[in-house]
Amino acid sequence: MKKIVTLFLFTAAISTSIYAKDWVVVQKNKTFHPNQLKVKAGDRIIFKNDDGFAHNAFSDSEADEFDIGMQKPGQDVVVTMKKPGKVEVECAIHPNMHLTIDVEK
Amino acid sequence: MRDFGSFGAVLTGSLMAALLSTSVAAKEDMSKWIRPDKVPAPKNNQITPERIELGKFLYFDTRLSRDNTVSCATCHNPSLGWSDGQPKAIGVEGRQGPRNSPTVLNTAYQRHQFWDGRAKSLEEQALGPIQADVEMDMDLDKLVERLNGIKGYRELFEKAYPGEGITKDTIAKAIATFERTVVSTEAPFDRYAKGDENAISENAKKGFALFTGKGKCNNCHDGFNFTDGSFHNLGLGDSDIGRYKLKKRAAWFHAFKTPTLRDVTLTAPYFHDGSIKTLEEATAVCGNGGRFPNSKNLSPLVVDRGLTPDEIRLIVDFLKTLEGEPMNITAPSKFPH
Repeated sequence: MKKIVTLFLFTAAISTSIYAKDWVVVQKNKTFHPNQLKVKAGDRIIFKNDDGFAHNAFSDSEADEFDIGMQKPGQDVVVTMKKPGKVEVECAIHPNMHLTIDVEK
Repeated sequence: MRDFGSFGAVLTGSLMAALLSTSVAAKEDMSKWIRPDKVPAPKNNQITPERIELGKFLYFDTRLSRDNTVSCATCHNPSLGWSDGQPKAIGVEGRQGPRNSPTVLNTAYQRHQFWDGRAKSLEEQALGPIQADVEMDMDLDKLVERLNGIKGYRELFEKAYPGEGITKDTIAKAIATFERTVVSTEAPFDRYAKGDENAISENAKKGFALFTGKGKCNNCHDGFNFTDGSFHNLGLGDSDIGRYKLKKRAAWFHAFKTPTLRDVTLTAPYFHDGSIKTLEEATAVCGNGGRFPNSKNLSPLVVDRGLTPDEIRLIVDFLKTLEGEPMNITAPSKFPH
């Protein structure tokens, strides 16, 4: 029985990683590109800082709460969208930067 | 003899294209510094003459403070660059506030108000200082009652916000509307940005080149309002934790909003703590690594850019060209009664 459960969990993990997608969000000219995304739970957002100065991305949304901290120029940071809902993302340094992610099941 | 004709033509073509693109790029670059024609206002509080008139009375009326001694204009005085010339704000009974009075100029274009950006609209901002014990120290319910007791205000509110009455909301809306009229007038730099090469001195042009080049001042002081609304710790070394007070987010530790540089010649002393008296000092602090370069969460943009005293003077020459024509605003000589 233990073996079956382990196999099931292993299969589930594999299938999640197979079906999860990566989405690139570029931070350029103090703007998120794109600034709207529709993804599925489990997908990964890769924040790519293409500006010559530091950025940040955080969300206080109910659906997901995260803060990637200080992101240096040229640095990529990956955030996995955990559950369905609307995730509003902002840069803590440049609050005029906004991104909305609709996370579906 | 080798034929360089076609190569020369290609080269000339490339040079022409490069020059053309440089010229176009230069024009594009300048367009972002030009003031917009319109002032944004929320849908539920569009700008009307009646609202401006009411807001102006409220802005200058000391009866909005608990002891009738302080108005919005006390700390945001039109003749002092819409600030007060003090290092830190002084409210009722001479109480000193924790921060320098920021200018009202061009706040209409900003998404976040106050040094720490805690208010997300001018309407939200307007009620803060009225209630703050170190500013006007006035209870809002008492203020509504006080204004309701003044016939002239009842009439003005009815004209400005028909059927809405005198409420906290309409007080905030009216003051915010007046503040939306406090926008930059044309400055020499505006004429230069539009193509008048003689509008500013050669030194100011060199200063502008340093501002956008070696100094990288425009990393934050960007766009027509010379601020991108960003929050940074400049390493001033005081105990004010800034935006971090709103939420303990690492990037907000000791971070404060980037102020506009429009009319900056009129708003000394500078920074959130009012500790810097001159534009030369302010430029040196920002451009040459902050006062305390080892400060926790010091902005990575605050690095020593090696600006020489001469270069700093040139940048200040440029900053002086951001001072607009004097505004035609006078305080009311009589108030509603």
